[in-house]
Amino acid sequence: MNERRIVLPGEFLVEGDYQPGLNVFRQGKRFYSSKIGLLSIDKKVVSVIALHGVYEPKVGDLVIGKVIDVGTFSWTVDIRSPYTAILNASDYFKGRFNPLRNSLRDALAPGDMIIAQIVEFDRTRNPVLTVQGHGLGKITRGMIVELTPSKIPRLIGRKGSMINLLKKEGRCQITIGKNGLIHIVGETVEDEELVAQAIEKIEREAHTTGLTDRIMKFLRRSRGLDV
Amino acid sequence: MSSEFVRPDGRLPDQLRPIKMAVGVLDRADGSAYVEQGNTKVIVAVYGPRELHPRHKASPEAAVVRCRYHMAPFSTRERKSPNPSRREVELSKVIKDALSQTIFLERFPRTSIDVFIEVLEADGGTRCASINACSLALANAGIPIRDLISAVAVGKYNGHIILDLNDEEDEAAEADMPVAIMPSFNKVVLLQLNGVLTEEEFKQAFDLAVKGCMEINRIQRETLRSRYLSIKGEENEDV
Repeated sequence: MNERRIVLPGEFLVEGDYQPGLNVFRQGKRFYSSKIGLLSIDKKVVSVIALHGVYEPKVGDLVIGKVIDVGTFSWTVDIRSPYTAILNASDYFKGRFNPLRNSLRDALAPGDMIIAQIVEFDRTRNPVLTVQGHGLGKITRGMIVELTPSKIPRLIGRKGSMINLLKKEGRCQITIGKNGLIHIVGETVEDEELVAQAIEKIEREAHTTGLTDRIMKFLRRSRGLDV
Repeated sequence: MSSEFVRPDGRLPDQLRPIKMAVGVLDRADGSAYVEQGNTKVIVAVYGPRELHPRHKASPEAAVVRCRYHMAPFSTRERKSPNPSRREVELSKVIKDALSQTIFLERFPRTSIDVFIEVLEADGGTRCASINACSLALANAGIPIRDLISAVAVGKYNGHIILDLNDEEDEAAEADMPVAIMPSFNKVVLLQLNGVLTEEEFKQAFDLAVKGCMEINRIQRETLRSRYLSIKGEENEDV
């Protein structure tokens, strides 16, 4: 059973032996939605893909952030969530950080965009980032577009169907920040802009069915190819 | 209840005023809503959860709701001073308490959820209209909530228990009782009573209020749902 109907906060979803997934809460054996979204019942997990909402950081998430402040030992990074993130200089300089020798501002200045991973986050402290890893670090080219963070599952699609389509038909490399920023790098600016338009369409029509097919048609038609 | 009794504006005792609702009316806010109940007009903007400044006001356990109920200077017949009055401070507080019941505050420690209520025209029942608009705006902002709360006032006017008082009735009423509920869970989140009701009258009034809230909740849900169905129309154009 996998109906994709729109549900509202406080709406009764199902009753029985299920597990509450995202944006779902339970009262005994009855499950309710806590947000406006699309109902999704996968095996025994009831969840709601929200149509609005802020990004809630999770350890392990790949995010795209903007450096907003440079400190003595760290940078402050805006990751479009209620909590601003910290990137430590010791992480950026791989532990060989010397405040006398290394200039934080020369490495990353306010306004720079970075791809990073969240390594630490709990209720008492702000998220801590790392840029050590494949594909992480400062962004030097391409384009960044926004998407409501809760619609990321829609951008990825079932088993990655949507994102693979965008990469193939859009001819771009795409990095998805879980916080709703998407980095697109293509051969030409036109390729990048086409993918950006497709993502805009996903933002607008995230709650509709048959979206992957419509995106495919959109991309092919824009290039003058057969649908 | 005598069904012959007709109120000054021609309504029956258990009849709501005409209601208009809209969500997402402000682009810059995270969530917003507009509600009209008769001549009462209210607009609400919601921001957050976001970092709270000053920091010392934040709670390490949960988000803090900050709520400002404000009446526009032009909302009444006589110009209302834009400074917050005693009454506005009280209403901000009771609305904040009602909203705090429905929001999953513990999900966002150290943050604030800011709610701004602006009464554009006041003709009775502004706190109830505000609460109705707030719960729509919270849902629109994607803030996790237990239920869409709904509110309506009941009162005693000329010896009759009536629903959704307007200003004229409110001024002359023997009693006025705003009620806000979480309809899916049979929970009361706000109940105030101004004036005197017997136990019997109270029960009758409360039941009437719940009935009114259920009707308002239905309209709230329809408003939210129709917003997404209208976007769905695009789908058919390009298929």
